[in-house]
Amino acid sequence: MRTVRLLALGWAFNLKMLSQSAFDGFLGVLWPLFFATIAFFMYRAGRNDASLLYASLGASVMGVWSSTSVAASSAVQRQRRVGTLELVVAAPAHFSLVMLPVTVAMSTIGIYSMAATLFWGRFLFHIHIHIVHPLIFCVAIPAIVLSIGMLGFLLSVTVVRYRTAWALGNMLEYRIWLVCGFLVPVSLFPGWARPFSWVLAPTWGVNAIRGAALGTGSPLRDVAVCIALGLVYAALGVLLTETVLRSARRTASLALT
Amino acid sequence: MSNSLRVFFIGGLTSYRALFNWLSPWILIPSFFVAPLFQILLFAYIGRQTGLEDDRFYVIGNAIQYSAIPCLFAMANTIADERFTQTLGFILVSPAKRLPLFVGRALPVILSGVLVAAFGLTVGSLLLHVHLPASAIAPLALVVGVSAASCTGLGLANAALGLRVRETAVSSNIIFGFLLIFCGVNVPLQKLPAWMSTAAQGLPLTHGIEAARRLAEGQGLGRVGGLIAAEALVGAIWGFLGYTSLRLMEVQSRRHATLERA
Repeated sequence: MRTVRLLALGWAFNLKMLSQSAFDGFLGVLWPLFFATIAFFMYRAGRNDASLLYASLGASVMGVWSSTSVAASSAVQRQRRVGTLELVVAAPAHFSLVMLPVTVAMSTIGIYSMAATLFWGRFLFHIHIHIVHPLIFCVAIPAIVLSIGMLGFLLSVTVVRYRTAWALGNMLEYRIWLVCGFLVPVSLFPGWARPFSWVLAPTWGVNAIRGAALGTGSPLRDVAVCIALGLVYAALGVLLTETVLRSARRTASLALT
Repeated sequence: MSNSLRVFFIGGLTSYRALFNWLSPWILIPSFFVAPLFQILLFAYIGRQTGLEDDRFYVIGNAIQYSAIPCLFAMANTIADERFTQTLGFILVSPAKRLPLFVGRALPVILSGVLVAAFGLTVGSLLLHVHLPASAIAPLALVVGVSAASCTGLGLANAALGLRVRETAVSSNIIFGFLLIFCGVNVPLQKLPAWMSTAAQGLPLTHGIEAARRLAEGQGLGRVGGLIAAEALVGAIWGFLGYTSLRLMEVQSRRHATLERA
């Protein structure tokens, strides 16, 4: 029960803090809108006007990843910079239980962007969204937000020794948009690139959202795979945290990276 | 005169090296060399899916547009970050002429922009098997240089904004996004709403990208001279606006004692 309370309060506090930041809040909504707008123009001007809805659903998820990639990759650095890292590591609660709600809050901020992109498409590009399976659609959204938050958690502990990790997160932004098929089908990529898509939870999450809205594929299976992959990221993140903390304690390098 | 030249060249380079904190290879390589390739790939694949234009269109458009990253971010950092390092006051009480002081910082920024665009063009073409005629290489280099200089003019205006607002990263990202939408980078100008393509005429990169595409199609430098001149003119106007804004912000900050406030 205490663990659940810690996770919930950590998530709520971090969500409030992120909402106050111009970079994470305002730009987090606006940045994916630029790319969504171009994608809408391209789909509308191209030979495939009917795919606008496909693009709109995928574009809406871009913001969830954007709000997580840069912020999560520098999450531990931020704790170090503001001088709270030692306190958090020394706290009786496991470090993962403190960091996980931080990255999930980052992905939750992306819901603003998701809604903004769908409204943007609806009112400026007249993209009408008719959802075939509304219940599955409502389940798919928290599933993808949660799994992207967990991917962010894994990313944050993976790059903990990288002092300028935000640049790595920045570099990963387009890569995930592309590889996970947010705007183009994964089938368009060369065969060797597709396995990368399969191990990334956002691929399944965006498939679930599209499947639920358009009534295609198996959205429930996609939701399940998305959540399962998210849990795998979280487990890997916890194991990696143990290793990193042990190394930092042994070499007294917690504040030095 | 020699003092102004020293401020322009040496002062400009020193400020760039001191204040543009992206020069570490850990930031430079992902931000300047990897990210533009994925932007090119992202839009090239959307282009393939929509059948709007061929790969060459996206390689040229995105490679040149990505030069806006150094032109906007580095320009903002090398001026606006003086305040964060608490050296702005010293700079502004110095007797150095303002034109070489501010504009000198633009030169390394322009070179960075050229480097980013050239890398994007070269590697993007190799990745997507886009053929650029050998005769177009030298004129393309000229276009890239003029486009980067022009975009740095806009960067100067952004830097002036940085003397008033705290988050230049936000304004730089927003301007980058507008350039991406408006300048015909991924959507031909004639397919954008009329007001957008009209607005694009006053933005840097629009004419440069168009000139580069025509050169890649095999047109000679003489045929695109007007576009290059238009690009240079747009850049000069933005540069003038930027410099004027910097002077205005300086005067305002003295008058209201807000130099260190944001």
